[in-house]
Amino acid sequence: MDISVDTGLLLAGILFLLGLFGVLMRRNLIFMLLSVEIMMNAAALAFVVGGAKWKNVDGQVMVLFILAVAAAEVAVGLALVIQMYKQFKTVDVKKMRKLKDE
Amino acid sequence: MLNLLWLIPTLPLISFLILAFFGKKMGKFSGALGVISVGLSALITLIIGVEFLSSPPIGGVYEQTLWTWFDINGFAPEISLYLDPLGLIFTFVITFVGFLIHWYSTEYMDGDEGYSRFFAYMNLFVFSMLMLVLGNNLLLIYFGWEAVGLCSYLLIGFWYKEPYNNYAARKAFLITRVGDTAMLIGLFLLVKDFGTLNVQQILIQAPEVWSVGDSNVFWASLLLLAGAVGKSAQLPLQTWLPDAMAGPTPVCALIHAATMVTAGVFLIARMNVLFEMAPVVQHLVAIIGALTLIVAGLSAFAQNDIKKVLAYSTISQIGYMFLALGVGAWSAGIFHFMTHAFFKALLFLGAGAVILAMHHEQDMYKMGGLRKKIPVVYWTFLFGSAALAAIPIVTAGFYSKDKILFLSLASTKGNIWLWIAGFVGAFITALYTFRMVFITFFGKAKMDVEHRPKMSFKIPLIILGILSLIAGFIELPDVWGDFTLISDFLGGTLPVINIIPEMERWEILLQVITGVVVLIGVYITWQIYVKKRKESYAFEQSGLFNFFFKGWEFDWLYNTLVVAPAVWLSRIDQHDFIDRIYGGIGHLNLGLNKVFSRTQNGYLKIYLGGIAVGMIVALTIVLFL
Amino acid sequence: MTTVFYIAAIIAIFSTLRVVTHKNAVHALLYMVVSLLSFAVIFFLFGAPFPAALEIIIYAGAIIILFIFVAMMLNFGSKEANEREKKWISPSDWWAPGLLSLILLGEFIYLFTAGGEVTTIELYPISPKEVGTALYTKYILGVELVAMLLMSAAIGAYHLGKHKRKEYHRFLKGDNNEEN
Repeated sequence: MDISVDTGLLLAGILFLLGLFGVLMRRNLIFMLLSVEIMMNAAALAFVVGGAKWKNVDGQVMVLFILAVAAAEVAVGLALVIQMYKQFKTVDVKKMRKLKDE
Repeated sequence: MLNLLWLIPTLPLISFLILAFFGKKMGKFSGALGVISVGLSALITLIIGVEFLSSPPIGGVYEQTLWTWFDINGFAPEISLYLDPLGLIFTFVITFVGFLIHWYSTEYMDGDEGYSRFFAYMNLFVFSMLMLVLGNNLLLIYFGWEAVGLCSYLLIGFWYKEPYNNYAARKAFLITRVGDTAMLIGLFLLVKDFGTLNVQQILIQAPEVWSVGDSNVFWASLLLLAGAVGKSAQLPLQTWLPDAMAGPTPVCALIHAATMVTAGVFLIARMNVLFEMAPVVQHLVAIIGALTLIVAGLSAFAQNDIKKVLAYSTISQIGYMFLALGVGAWSAGIFHFMTHAFFKALLFLGAGAVILAMHHEQDMYKMGGLRKKIPVVYWTFLFGSAALAAIPIVTAGFYSKDKILFLSLASTKGNIWLWIAGFVGAFITALYTFRMVFITFFGKAKMDVEHRPKMSFKIPLIILGILSLIAGFIELPDVWGDFTLISDFLGGTLPVINIIPEMERWEILLQVITGVVVLIGVYITWQIYVKKRKESYAFEQSGLFNFFFKGWEFDWLYNTLVVAPAVWLSRIDQHDFIDRIYGGIGHLNLGLNKVFSRTQNGYLKIYLGGIAVGMIVALTIVLFL
Repeated sequence: MTTVFYIAAIIAIFSTLRVVTHKNAVHALLYMVVSLLSFAVIFFLFGAPFPAALEIIIYAGAIIILFIFVAMMLNFGSKEANEREKKWISPSDWWAPGLLSLILLGEFIYLFTAGGEVTTIELYPISPKEVGTALYTKYILGVELVAMLLMSAAIGAYHLGKHKRKEYHRFLKGDNNEEN
């Protein structure tokens, strides 16, 4: 298989940017969280590529950790989203500006 | 006994320190302490004076070195007391008249809340003035000079709760400061040329270092003259003395009549060699004296506050002293200083008694008829006024003033104009002096007497009154005999005057003319103010009279020339560009704050966008830079 | 192998793109699942079967399910929600993130392709046994920390998701600031 490391990393980079684009573009809170998940996934891909290059097990261990962190973050984040829905009755991020400097 | 010289300035200094720290608790005793310290100094002066006269020390001079002040690169002034005849006369006047005035003040300032503070300041003043006249180098003299200026400021503004007194004190200090700065530059010139400020060394080396008429000696003596003009309130720096009358009357008597304002005269007399070597400057001294005595005399005639009359009169009489020094009549000038100290202090003390009797009223036109009510004050005041006006033969002022008038014409450095100025000045002096006497003491009594003088008033007044009459007898004119004690006494330290030989015959004639003109002046005032006394006179409402009343509008002149531009400049500079820089930093901060606080809008996407932009920037820097 | 990789890559990119730009929330989540599956294929190709399996089990099987639950709870997918979403994805919102992303893409391309040598990757599968051994010997500390993290996440989520009590015992009634 003649896939270079650069290709793999480039793929990870493109997916990361797609996630970033989604975070910046969408107004729905859920979608923003989802886009953050995409970004983390792309980071995991980059780790695997690195591990494959050096024929090491460390990359895959890192993937496990990333996965665990993502799971924890999603749990807490969705709980927060539910609370915010109860507060603001909407999930529009543009409406949630209580931290604005008066 | 001469080695007790150091005690003379030290006793008032110790008394000042004690009064400064413990005065409040001492109460009435602080006055006694002040009087006793100066009295002891006067006593020691008398003892030393007797010994000095009976068995004079070698060279006619006694010097007592206490210690060396500092030593920098060979410039080593010492704290050293130098007693020569000139210094002895000044010391005697300062301590003796000072003692009488201190005694008088125990009654004058009785009941005032600053009683101990007053005596502390007065003792400090006596100490400073003694250091001025006894110092052997110009640095010590300058120290005394500045210190008396400080005491003058403190004492003029003694009743500091009244704003006008503070203005008057500041004005006095600032105007004398102008002179002091010029004098300091003069001292720098002297150090540059001589390497030392020791007076005797300068006077001895001056003919070797400089030649007569050299530009250096011209500038040095001119600057010293400027200092003397400031301190002695001569033209053009005379405007502070009438305002200085805001202080208590004993202060005016001691500082602004007898001693501090004569410090200029002392300085010129001390540095006589320098002035002799700069004839232009010496002539300028005479011209300043002549002009001042006319200006001040006319101003004195138009005043209605009794203390202001005496203030202008002081300026005028010191003009006479300057005139004497300017024509080379050194001992005559010092003689006039001595007699003037006696009768002017007497007049001020008498005026103080009158003011207290008249419920602190100082306007002469509100007084009247005091002749019968407070006779001791009246008679002593009359003697003092007679001496001031130089009534012939019986008063001390006659001898001193006449000598000056004769020498202004007869000296090789005098001329007819100076004599005319002095002559007219004598007439004006008689006019304003007796105008003051007649308005205050004669006529109808307008107010009741409140405070009858007690012993502390009467005895100093009587002593000074007697002195005003007899003190002249120690120096009789040459044609009356050879009884010239003062000139002989001072001849050791001051140069002897050169007289044009032909003029000696004119002395009698000039004396007669002057005496007659003085008596005519007394008669004229008698007619106007006693015989045909009217309530108000047409000539007193005229514009010229008002011009004299305002002191020839010098205040207005200085206000427009000096004060107003300075105030205008400082107003412009209030928001100058350096201020703007510092204010601008604050404004810049606030502006940036406004701009940046708009990024904190609580909008999540903007924050994330910021993160993205930051990522781009960081990557760019890492990759391409 | 190479072709498989490229096919999986294209599917991943396309489905991720659809995730980000779709207006129906549920559809977007399903697209996400597809993307995750293609990720798993790519992981396999890089010789990492364990992460691939984990990806499917944990990511697609738990996390996305959580998302779907919340989306259902908040009633995404209905017609009103679709309308709303459409309104929110307006072109004026697009161009700034798009621009930023394009710039970053350019930088990434430069970063990854301007290097020197090009190393190819051999297919070298690493078995789960090795991963497990490494986890429990070298990275034991990390495992413990992750365990604590998950526990705190669970407790936090529980607290954050609690409903407010509607009725209080009469002894507990009082100030309105009763914290839950």
